[in-house]
Amino acid sequence: MFELIFFSLLNGLVFGLLLFMLSSGLTLIFGMMGVLNFAHAGFYMLGAYFGYAVSRALGFWPAIVVAPVLVAVLGVGVERYGLRRVHRFGHVPELIFTFGVAIVIEEMVQLVWGRPAKSFEIPRVLDFALFRFSHGSFPAYKAFMLVISIAIFLFLFAAFTRTRAGLIIQASLTHPGMVAMLGHNVPRVFMVVFGIGSALAGLAGVIAGPVLGTFPGMAQVLGSIVFVVVVIGGLGSLTGALVASLLIGILQTFAVALNVSVGSALASIGVPVDATGPLHDLWRVTVAQVAPIMPYLLLVLILIVRPTGLFGTRET
Amino acid sequence: MTAAIELMDVRKAFGPTPIIRGVSLTIEAGSRQALIGPNGAGKSTLFNLITGKYPVSAGRIRLKGEDVTGRRPHEINRRGLSRSFQVTNIFPWLSVFENVRCSLLWPLGYGYSFWHRVDAAREARERTERVLEQLNLAGRRHLPAGVLSYAEQRALEIGITIAGGADVILLDEPTSGMSRSETEQVVQLIRQVTVGKTLLMVEHDMSVVFDLADRIAVLVYGQIIAHDAPERIRANAAVQEAYLGLPQDGGGQAPALR
Amino acid sequence: MSLPAAARSLDVTAAGRAGWLRRYALWLGAAALLMALPHVVRTSAAIPVMNQMGIAIVFALSYNMLLGQGGMLSFGHAVYFGLGGFVAAHVLNLAGRGVVWVPVPLLPLVGGLGGLGFAVLYGSFSTRRAGTVFAMISLGVGEMMAASSLIFDKFFGGEEGITANRTKAPLLLGLSFSTDRQVYYLIAFWVLVAAALMYAFSRTPVGRLANAVRDNPERAEFVGYSAPLVRFVSFCAAGFFAGVAGGLFAVNYEILTAANMGLAASGAVLLMTYIGGIGSFVGPVLGAILFTFLQSMLSDYTGIWLLYLGLLFLATVLFVPMGLAGVLMMHAPAWRAGRVAHLVPAYVAVALAALVAVAGVVGLLEMIHFLVTAPAAAATKRLFWTTIAVRTPVPWLAFTALAVAGALAARRVGPRAAAALAQASRPPAS
Repeated sequence: MFELIFFSLLNGLVFGLLLFMLSSGLTLIFGMMGVLNFAHAGFYMLGAYFGYAVSRALGFWPAIVVAPVLVAVLGVGVERYGLRRVHRFGHVPELIFTFGVAIVIEEMVQLVWGRPAKSFEIPRVLDFALFRFSHGSFPAYKAFMLVISIAIFLFLFAAFTRTRAGLIIQASLTHPGMVAMLGHNVPRVFMVVFGIGSALAGLAGVIAGPVLGTFPGMAQVLGSIVFVVVVIGGLGSLTGALVASLLIGILQTFAVALNVSVGSALASIGVPVDATGPLHDLWRVTVAQVAPIMPYLLLVLILIVRPTGLFGTRET
Repeated sequence: MTAAIELMDVRKAFGPTPIIRGVSLTIEAGSRQALIGPNGAGKSTLFNLITGKYPVSAGRIRLKGEDVTGRRPHEINRRGLSRSFQVTNIFPWLSVFENVRCSLLWPLGYGYSFWHRVDAAREARERTERVLEQLNLAGRRHLPAGVLSYAEQRALEIGITIAGGADVILLDEPTSGMSRSETEQVVQLIRQVTVGKTLLMVEHDMSVVFDLADRIAVLVYGQIIAHDAPERIRANAAVQEAYLGLPQDGGGQAPALR
Repeated sequence: MSLPAAARSLDVTAAGRAGWLRRYALWLGAAALLMALPHVVRTSAAIPVMNQMGIAIVFALSYNMLLGQGGMLSFGHAVYFGLGGFVAAHVLNLAGRGVVWVPVPLLPLVGGLGGLGFAVLYGSFSTRRAGTVFAMISLGVGEMMAASSLIFDKFFGGEEGITANRTKAPLLLGLSFSTDRQVYYLIAFWVLVAAALMYAFSRTPVGRLANAVRDNPERAEFVGYSAPLVRFVSFCAAGFFAGVAGGLFAVNYEILTAANMGLAASGAVLLMTYIGGIGSFVGPVLGAILFTFLQSMLSDYTGIWLLYLGLLFLATVLFVPMGLAGVLMMHAPAWRAGRVAHLVPAYVAVALAALVAVAGVVGLLEMIHFLVTAPAAAATKRLFWTTIAVRTPVPWLAFTALAVAGALAARRVGPRAAAALAQASRPPAS
């Protein structure tokens, strides 16, 4: 029992921080440009595939650097030649555009690499159990993921609060017009942020690929959850993204690990449950089966109750 | 005669910043009044408070004797108050005709009906035509409103505001950005359409103000410093100080305020 | 489409507005066309495709009530399509067992009521805001429903879904709907009825206000309407007609699965509606027809048809945001001025250039696809009626050259075509 909690917590932390790497880029892009980048999860997928391809050619460690850069270049291209064009038509066409990009990315990945999952291997150096506890073990690779994610958060935090570029970006988040009047090239700021956000997604893909699987459906699997995280955390808020990522990451991991039925879980906290009523389908189901719905329930709830999210100040 | 609009110690702060600092104002029914004041005084904010766009921080607002504090814009509009906007706020993709007709649908009692054919509604059509004639836009009726010239859009803006037959009309800088001749036309239009109604308008063009208004209220830093007949406002020392920044030599002609 | 272009086409249409017969002529003509179609197109494979098109038309029209008319972008509209279909399928099963008397022709109505019910439920909180928040809620609801399909086994039938049998239902006027052709006429009937009702809705007070709320929700409030409530009514109506489409699906395919509610289905209706053109009533109809046609025809020739559809969608969003119908409407002034013939030379040039570029791109993509999926021993592929040795550099260079040349040529003749259109659209000299 204790072992279950311990490892679920650890795994939840790893997953949560991975979600943060993904959602940080998305929330920045969202907060600055008002664009919900549907293709963000697609960049994550591209990161994994590029990482796979580069690691087969040059090794894992070059892949960690090259793959995010490739994805960043692609992201900048999408922003400059696509998003900027569509921007003047309004938010809805922007959303539709990124949705189209997401579709094309997914299809192109299937085109070039095929449908079956790729065996993106963990580098030999990290392929061991870092420590054991009771019956379970914690892989060193996951510790590596933790380290990278935390490093990214610290880097982002420092870059945004301590550097001049970071200040400009923060200002552009809420007052792009004013920043432009002050002489900064705001479109270039947008492009840079888009590139950084995409690179982060790509990096998340490279390091998650070996663990979560590298297959054409990986964008869809994580895509919606990342949106949920961003909205719950609040648009444009990095702190919010962190908090929400950890929340959802840990909740999901715990829920998946729990094999009790919803009915008995509710009964154990004193809620009366009718085993023969019309909802008995629902009570029989295990918490693990309900786990996939939880993020969306949370999303809908937050959007109804507090559309600005936990830490955000803007809705759109 | 009940006052059309009554503001009772209305206050509004955005966060820690107070914008309206205790405004008490009574607009008599059937009068034409102007609200003037330096930039940043809070005139548009006051309009937004009266029309329900912003909630008040304190105080109460009465429309034709009924307390409407905290009501939503469409509820206030249904009680007979209509407003125009400083920045043209029309339906750009609807035709000019449709723009006006849409503002008639609620007053004509159609509500959220999906069982009436709007093209068969004769009274809606006729009233729309009449308003378009008044606005001089009859010939442009089928164009999307977004392609009209600026002055035409401002006229349409006024048209949408008065078409529904509201008896309390708020106009926010109706002549802003207009040439002399365009302004004169709009003043004529306003005079025509506000016969028998209550008019409160924000204006910077003093000639328009003195032409149309029975009474003038002066808003400075979120407070009403004067509310009187035009000639007395002209001579009011506090008003002159607010506009020009220094006390004038007593009495005499006020300098042109525009 | 840009406002001045819209102005030109609206201006001219207004001048042509006339009598009763002319107004209904379009509908009567459509009805006649629908009735005649199976006799004109005699291939047996055509009827199933036409049935599919009919369902897509109703679905896309219902989607445009949200997007084009209401300005609400939904990523979860298939929820109401699917749920309507499930309700219809269950009722069909009940009817087959004699529990209720519902003949097949009434099933789409049942589906519509199912869609309406859920639209009222989810719309109560979805429609408070428009824009991105609305889109996200619709996504959340859609994913939630797709995920919960595995939980509510009885209703969704688990992995296999719910099947039904339309021949077991009680007969109405002796019709048993045992053949595809009979189903076609049922679908055609409902397409006409649903389209007419949706068009009529757009001409009602709430339909007009939906447009107004789309353009300027603040202003709509200041003419007496609650913008969220107007959106809610539109949402419920759209949910109803999506459910009708779902009911038609249930009748036609006799099976519903959770996939019919999912993001893929919602994405498909977004694609087809946008490609057709969201700015007019007939746009989604064109889009539905084109999309279904491409989907069924292309998948016979190539394994990467979805990529082509995605690229077509992207191209539409970037270069032709008014969609197919919008492009056609842009030519209305030229048509009325009788100057369409002037456009032919420039347009043919652009079409040729585009064709060359597309051939190049298609060739490259198909060859990549071949390399990835074909066994290592295979070396040639049949493409464009010739056999290509894929593992040699020649075809690659050739297709690349075609793509680049076509793109460059299109860039040069494109402005000429645009100028020709502008010239032809000028109002006739008085």
